Amino acid sequence: MKRAHPRKIPPAVAGIILIVLSAPFSVPAAGAEQADLTPEAVLRNVDENAVPGSKIMVSAMTIHGRRGDRTIKSRSWIEGEDKAFTEYLEPPREKGIKMLKLGDQLWTYTPATDRIIGISGNLLRQAVMGSDLSYEDMMENRKWSEIYEAADDGGETILDRPCRILKLTARVADAAYHVRRVWVDRERFLVMREERYGKSGRLLKTLEVGDVRRIGGRWIQTRALVRDVLKEGNGTEFVIESIDFDAPMPEALFSKASLRK
Amino acid sequence: MIRFLFKGLLRDRSRTLLPFLTVAIGVLLTVFLECYITGAEHQIIDFNADLLTGQVKVMTKGYAAEPDSLPNDLSLDGVGTLLSELGTDFPNMAWTPRIRFGGLLDVPDEAGETKAQGTVLGTAADILMPGSAEIRRLGLENTVVRGRLPEKRGEILIGEILADRLKLQPGGTATLIGSTMNGAMATANYTVSGIVRYGVRALDRTGLVMDLADAQAVLDMEDAAGEILGWRTNGPYERKLIEAVAARFNGRTEAGSGGDLAPVMKTLRDQSDLAALLDQFSTVRGAILTIFILAMSLVLWNAGLLGSLRRYGEIGVRLAMGEPKGGVYRAMLGEAVMVGVLGTVAGTALGLALSYYLQAHGINISGLMKNAAVMLPSHLYTRVTPVAYVIGFIPGLLSTLIGTAIAGRGIYKRSTASLFKELET
Repeated sequence: MKRAHPRKIPPAVAGIILIVLSAPFSVPAAGAEQADLTPEAVLRNVDENAVPGSKIMVSAMTIHGRRGDRTIKSRSWIEGEDKAFTEYLEPPREKGIKMLKLGDQLWTYTPATDRIIGISGNLLRQAVMGSDLSYEDMMENRKWSEIYEAADDGGETILDRPCRILKLTARVADAAYHVRRVWVDRERFLVMREERYGKSGRLLKTLEVGDVRRIGGRWIQTRALVRDVLKEGNGTEFVIESIDFDAPMPEALFSKASLRK
Repeated sequence: MIRFLFKGLLRDRSRTLLPFLTVAIGVLLTVFLECYITGAEHQIIDFNADLLTGQVKVMTKGYAAEPDSLPNDLSLDGVGTLLSELGTDFPNMAWTPRIRFGGLLDVPDEAGETKAQGTVLGTAADILMPGSAEIRRLGLENTVVRGRLPEKRGEILIGEILADRLKLQPGGTATLIGSTMNGAMATANYTVSGIVRYGVRALDRTGLVMDLADAQAVLDMEDAAGEILGWRTNGPYERKLIEAVAARFNGRTEAGSGGDLAPVMKTLRDQSDLAALLDQFSTVRGAILTIFILAMSLVLWNAGLLGSLRRYGEIGVRLAMGEPKGGVYRAMLGEAVMVGVLGTVAGTALGLALSYYLQAHGINISGLMKNAAVMLPSHLYTRVTPVAYVIGFIPGLLSTLIGTAIAGRGIYKRSTASLFKELET
């Protein structure tokens, strides 16, 4: 197995990572100015961007590995924060692999074995398709405001957007990252950059948003690069190719039986 | 003169037999101990070479930099061509590719869903090819405790503790989940043909062995392998020869393109901290041999002293008859050299004969290994080296000579005037 690190990312960021089975995040086009908000209030706004509802996304994940780049395309059906179904479309070796998330459980189906395999324990710590994310990263459902204390740490402009830098320090023992530094768009409450640190203070992963677009009246991060800094390679780039909000979901999609269909 | 002394030795066996036997037995033990310790050292080398490191191993530079993390994304490409080139360039070496990989073994229930999962550390080797030496090198025949060796594609061996934990028996099926060479998810179903017990907890808890072709298929490594291991075919491991092979290969490849995917050859000593282990072993070996040789030297020195003392009267008579003290002293040294040489030659011959026999046949200790907690070879072998031919001369010849020389100093202390008085008593 490739070295993967048991790290989690919040729904807010997981949303951009499209294989991602948790809800993508977006905000209404008219965001509130956050100048007067406390860091905790900003964090709550970031959490609230994980808009519940149903959506269908087609996304591409390009892994910049040591042997070159590899792009995996997938379609995801997402309902709220707890239900998601993903089918891999390309390349041929991955085509037909499916994943189902129901609450805190995750299964995968591979046509090569005709097996439905529960992803738990050690497997959760493995890299998703060789990317810079682990399955565990994708399974994080807790809101940042519930597990982190926020403090101001300056400001910076990213992609021509003024951002407020928050330093988040875990107040629970089981937080995957003890400290995070997040660059939050002052108007849209979008996370534009993130650094995740372990308890030792070592930088573990970074996220850099590359593009933000307004789709269906919401601002969506449509391109991001996630990098596991402990791993060789140049990170994994996620791109949303299309997203359809409030699309009708096929009945019985979110069941293990649908994995074999 | 030498002939005269030699005749004396032969005719007065009570004077020479004991020193001769002492020297011969001491030298025999010294030679055998040298061969036994060398054998043990080489068994450590062979054991690691067969199981893990080869005498040399070809990897990519990137793979060699972090071999413990099994970075198969940095595996060797074009293994067929590389093997062919290695065979041509180094005709006295045997080469074989292997893949080591990590993953999970998932056991299905009746409905085909996950019943149990366990982490595995897999080794893929050419175990299905007729005449392949890999089964012997990996010690598989002796470690299968249930079931049998794989006989066709799709069959695997797993460690005993892992099998017990996953409740897998020979004939059971399991799915391997791993990563391909390109980082994609790799999954395939296998039948467990046998359960192995290495006696090493880590191997029994996570060990998985499969055929190389199976691993290449599931890990998307066609014509690729993580490692190519090499062994000398015309003799045992020789550090200098092996280092010369590696230097020649690396000298050639360094001239070519660099980068993480360029091949590099590492010797056994360059891997798994074996250099430190072997150096430590050599130090301990040297200490044991030194102590033993010193002890044997003391014994033989003492034998020389005793011989001289026993001949106190004889020396007195010879001096009384007018033989010069220097002549007596030199005659005694000459006799000591003869006894030492004869005893050493005899002891060395016997020690070498015993060592050669055990080098070929070994000592079967499998009966002692049934409940062993660590993985050890079933036979212990000696190893005869050029050193074994000469090492016996240190205690055998030098000690006898020095012992006699020191004891013989008494000749010069004896007063000729009092000799008859001494002889009267």
